[in-house]
Amino acid sequence: MSDYKNPMGESPHQVPVLTKRFGIENSASIDVYLQHDGYKGLEKALTMTSDQVIDEVKKSNLRGRGGAGFPTGMKWGFVPRQSPKPKYIVCNADESEPGTCKDRPLIEKDPHQLIEACIIAGWALESHQGYIYVRGEYRYLIDILDRALGEAYSKGYLGDNIQGSGFKFNLYTHTGAGAYECGEETALLNSLEGLRGFPRIKPPFPAIVGLYGAPTVVNNVETLANIPHILLNGGEWFAKLGCERNGGTRLFCLSGQIARPGIYELPMGFPLRKMIYEVGGGLRDGKKLKAVIPGGSSCPVLTADEIDVPMDFDSLGKIKSMLGSGGVIVIDEDTCMVKLLQRIMQFYAHESCGWCVPCREGTAWIKKLLDRFHAGFGRPDDPDTVADIAGNIMGKTLCPLGDAAAMPTLSIVSKFRHEFEEHLRLGACPHEKAPAPVS
Amino acid sequence: MGTMISQQLKERFQTLLGRYPVKRSALVPMLLFAQDEIGYVSEEIVEEICRTLDLPRIEVIEVVSYYTMLRRKPAGKFHLQVCTNVSCMLLGGESIYDHCRKRLGIENKQTTSDGTFSLEEVECIGACVGAPAAQINYDFYENLTPEKIDRIIESLTAQGK
Repeated sequence: MSDYKNPMGESPHQVPVLTKRFGIENSASIDVYLQHDGYKGLEKALTMTSDQVIDEVKKSNLRGRGGAGFPTGMKWGFVPRQSPKPKYIVCNADESEPGTCKDRPLIEKDPHQLIEACIIAGWALESHQGYIYVRGEYRYLIDILDRALGEAYSKGYLGDNIQGSGFKFNLYTHTGAGAYECGEETALLNSLEGLRGFPRIKPPFPAIVGLYGAPTVVNNVETLANIPHILLNGGEWFAKLGCERNGGTRLFCLSGQIARPGIYELPMGFPLRKMIYEVGGGLRDGKKLKAVIPGGSSCPVLTADEIDVPMDFDSLGKIKSMLGSGGVIVIDEDTCMVKLLQRIMQFYAHESCGWCVPCREGTAWIKKLLDRFHAGFGRPDDPDTVADIAGNIMGKTLCPLGDAAAMPTLSIVSKFRHEFEEHLRLGACPHEKAPAPVS
Repeated sequence: MGTMISQQLKERFQTLLGRYPVKRSALVPMLLFAQDEIGYVSEEIVEEICRTLDLPRIEVIEVVSYYTMLRRKPAGKFHLQVCTNVSCMLLGGESIYDHCRKRLGIENKQTTSDGTFSLEEVECIGACVGAPAAQINYDFYENLTPEKIDRIIESLTAQGK
């Protein structure tokens, strides 16, 4: 008796591309998919050469939606043409960046869109096998995908001779079992090989040495979901949907203290202020904005004065934050930023895989220090100590989890230093009625 | 007391093995699907998986201990997983969690004495736009309030009997 509702928000500003079939009844079935442009991108791709498909993706200015924003066409271009080992396509559906919940409806409402994308990727990279790695918590999506895969096999879109082209591609689901770290591509590959999800040293990158030591492309669900549309309508069309060097739309997950939370598909480069106040209806209960996490909890936070920014990878980069995974978390004036950072760090301390010392030790120590600080036992040098530890994690770990913990920390300590000072002055959290008990 | 491994689960293991060029790859899905059926990763499951994948016990155990969802002892019939990560916290996720603790009289990762409920404070479950949210077994419950949680617990208690 779950009471899960449609997570999609409503706004006239939306540009439905990836979500255009979401409202159709039975949108997850292959029949509905085929009635609405389904597998047409694949049919077109099969008339093109691998290089032509990759060129079209390059032209589209599609960039990785998992968070890093790396150009997808370029990533595909790194995969060697000739390989003595079989190549693999891996879809990263290990969505777990706090504030992000877009891959879930993308699979639930339109699994064939993703399946078609994986097959096109296979064609482009001359790969014959792929896996969709779904986080264990999204267990029901495995059933939805398995059903859809069965339909695709029976209609000849998967298997030994796809639509009579002679092209062979097999695609399977694979489940994780609860580990944020497995969203990092090399940790994901280790997990897919039946190991603990520890990251690998890069280089070599997975494009050269990936799954089973073979060339592998790992792409996020949303990244891949764009591929059939790019093939069908052309890279130039896709590029024009967005802004300079940032093609297409983005599924923004508006959460936190926002009046109308929801997932909204908006063009790349959509202004953040407009997103909060027009799309999301402003803050709950008419409160004032204090801060925004623009793309999942790993991003440096923005203050209320920094929201006149287009939401694309480059514009956020210019103001030293990140577009990340599209998880826009809105924070109101009554929120304690020390408490917020403490909770963020609780997450990273829990999820650090323990492989790299700076991350394993640093996240745990920052968390401990913030527990004490927020409980009213702060010391004047604590904020500097927190920043110092975070600075010693940054750039010193094999995978970006360390950076992901350090970035929000450094931004909160520097942009909201005054809140730390206020805790010290009061000997308690100014946002709580009584000092919180030591946990 | 042993936990029997059903024919259905054995077939599922075989299907999984057919998917990978290296059979060890099936390890994590095998563990999760086995836990789905039996409720936890029992010793019998570990032994069966060691046999099927030709792995020493330690290599299976080290994988089990890495993944948060895998457990070595049974949880309650209804495993209540309350998210307190940022998006949920901002809308009262922590008070939902506290309410569950008090209402059920158990702490994190504990099970009620009758075995009906277990409780866990979890990290982001991908229901951020429906915050505060929880998962009970694999089902999602969103826009929670203490009253709503009470109603859900009451209804599940009735179901559990």
